[in-house]
Amino acid sequence: MADAKVIPFGEEPRTKRRARRGGTGRTNRAAAPLAPVPAPATEQPSAAAADGGPEQGGAGEAPAGVGGWERKVAHGLNFLRRRITGEYEVDDFGYDQELTDQVVMSVLRPFKEKYFRVEVKGIENIPEKGSALIVANHSGTLPVDGLMLQAAVHDHHPAGRNVRMLAADLVFMLPVINELSRKLGHTLACAEDAQKLLERGEVVGVMPEGFKGIGKPFSERYKLQRFGRGGFVQTALRAGSPIVPCSIVGAEEIYPMIGNSRTMARLLGIPYFPLTPAFPWLGPLGLVPLPTKWTIQFGEPIPTDGYPPEAADDPMLMFNLTDQVRETIQHTLYKLLVQRRSVFF
Amino acid sequence: MGKVVLVTGVARQLGGRFVRRIQREPDVDRVIGVDAVPPEHHLGGAEFLRADIRHPTIGRVLAEQAVDTVVHMDVNGTPLGKRGSRATVKETNVIGTMQLLGACQKTPSVKRLVVKSSTNVYGSAPRDPAIFTETTPPKSLPSGGFAKDVVEVEGYVRGFARRRPDVAVCVLRFANILGPCADSPLAEYFSLPVLPTVLGFDPRLQFVHEDDAIEVLRIGAGEPARSTLNSGTFNIAGDGVLLLSQAARRLGRPTLPFFLPTVTWVGSALRSAGFLDFSPEQIRLLTHGRVVETTQMRDTLGFRPRYTSPEAFEDYARSRGPGLLPPETLARTVDRIAALMPAGRGQN
Repeated sequence: MADAKVIPFGEEPRTKRRARRGGTGRTNRAAAPLAPVPAPATEQPSAAAADGGPEQGGAGEAPAGVGGWERKVAHGLNFLRRRITGEYEVDDFGYDQELTDQVVMSVLRPFKEKYFRVEVKGIENIPEKGSALIVANHSGTLPVDGLMLQAAVHDHHPAGRNVRMLAADLVFMLPVINELSRKLGHTLACAEDAQKLLERGEVVGVMPEGFKGIGKPFSERYKLQRFGRGGFVQTALRAGSPIVPCSIVGAEEIYPMIGNSRTMARLLGIPYFPLTPAFPWLGPLGLVPLPTKWTIQFGEPIPTDGYPPEAADDPMLMFNLTDQVRETIQHTLYKLLVQRRSVFF
Repeated sequence: MGKVVLVTGVARQLGGRFVRRIQREPDVDRVIGVDAVPPEHHLGGAEFLRADIRHPTIGRVLAEQAVDTVVHMDVNGTPLGKRGSRATVKETNVIGTMQLLGACQKTPSVKRLVVKSSTNVYGSAPRDPAIFTETTPPKSLPSGGFAKDVVEVEGYVRGFARRRPDVAVCVLRFANILGPCADSPLAEYFSLPVLPTVLGFDPRLQFVHEDDAIEVLRIGAGEPARSTLNSGTFNIAGDGVLLLSQAARRLGRPTLPFFLPTVTWVGSALRSAGFLDFSPEQIRLLTHGRVVETTQMRDTLGFRPRYTSPEAFEDYARSRGPGLLPPETLARTVDRIAALMPAGRGQN
């Protein structure tokens, strides 16, 4: 795996530079790279194979020329027709699969492939079907890593599974964000919701470090914080779902948080107010994340179905399992960091 | 041996329908409808007694008629008719329930009590789990309005169940009841020409069809079927969930988003203009939404709703007529645009 990574490196900077110059505003970039589909599809065969969605259809259609575009427009109109008449389904948690697959993922995909050039390893550790709990490290000041994790599993997993991320309650208090979050299939990080999702056979993603992880200063990058109270282990044990440790490298450097304005945080009622070299000094420009090179590695699943039912109430076992997961992620992080050549390539 | 059923709140459409339905039950001997105002609809030959449940006369009615099943449906979010005020509704909900329960406690013939409650007891807050079960404690107790009434009513019912353990008590927490003649606050909301919404929030809503509501009340009021239990607290909702935006599109009514702090003003403006009761708890429902788990309803109560939430909503939408932007028109417009394209023609 580590060796295979070397090959695309020679070509990477050019694509990256192009992508970086493509536009600095988030919205501009999101709209522009939607069109040129065939190039990345050939570059990353595994990604294209996992897609199976509209992108691949577009890639195959491209040589046909105008016909492909008309097909796309017709597909778009069909989609629009369903949306404006409300003829689509959402699940009990508000997950709108159609919107996620067709719109949000196509917006996230350029970020994943062109901007952060996310390299996904060990995707086979996520089961084809049945429940699993992905436990990942959390970093980056804004929860971009959660979105990238979701996009990575969606695009690279052979079954195209959607990770149901568990989000902090702050997410559900903010307008627009809570709406999008629910439609993407996220739900509140609480034992009840996590358990229900696991019982329904979903892949659930959790970042147990929470605000301690995402809002830690730049000097403490890649040092895992306390994993909450280990509630995620309890939930996984109750549902008998395997725990898949996941290490994300690259997210720490997107917004290097060199300071934290407690006064502003208290005024705004948020857990931390980041000060980065660019934010808030450059205004909205400071919101542009640095184009770091990411690696998402999924580790060997830790089975939890071998324990007796009363194990979920054994605090010692909880702590041990929590530590095991935490150590695995921390070791993988160090290993990936050693392999990494530079932050940006 | 025939049963004597007393139903409160029969002046409302749902109460009237329930009286007519329960009369057809083979083991029911007599049905007595009670309300403070005479109903405008017929009760299918059931006796109507004009009695205000806020007054102790209700105790005499129970004793004289030897009632054995009480179905308490007079717990409502909206006043009956245009002239009722919120204060009267609250008094009927809370004081009425207290009086009725006091009377039931004094009447030894009462063997079964069914209370129409609401999922409003859970409140709606961003910190709540996405799906409420019957045992989920609300994170923030409703501070006022109908939701608080319901919390208090359920508190009294629990007290009653403790004092009269021989009475089978069934509390049915209904999600938003919709149907051709439902008069719930949400039904009124959806009949506005333009739906005010909260900017940046798209709540998840669940509905129960009127027919299902009647049916589940009948199950609660009768003897439990084999391997089911009809005493306890149950969430009642149709399967599936509709988002508010989706509901508005299916209904063909445009939405008008308001920034959260200004919604309260809009709500009170609408209320004072007499359009509808846009209470704070209603606004919270339209901000954060509410979804309940219905496993208990299926497995323990043995009730399977005939309508899913989207179907119940569809039936309601059909009864209300098209809105300003009927989905059929929009679909036709898109089809026409699609037909202009060569590829679109090929696909159709």
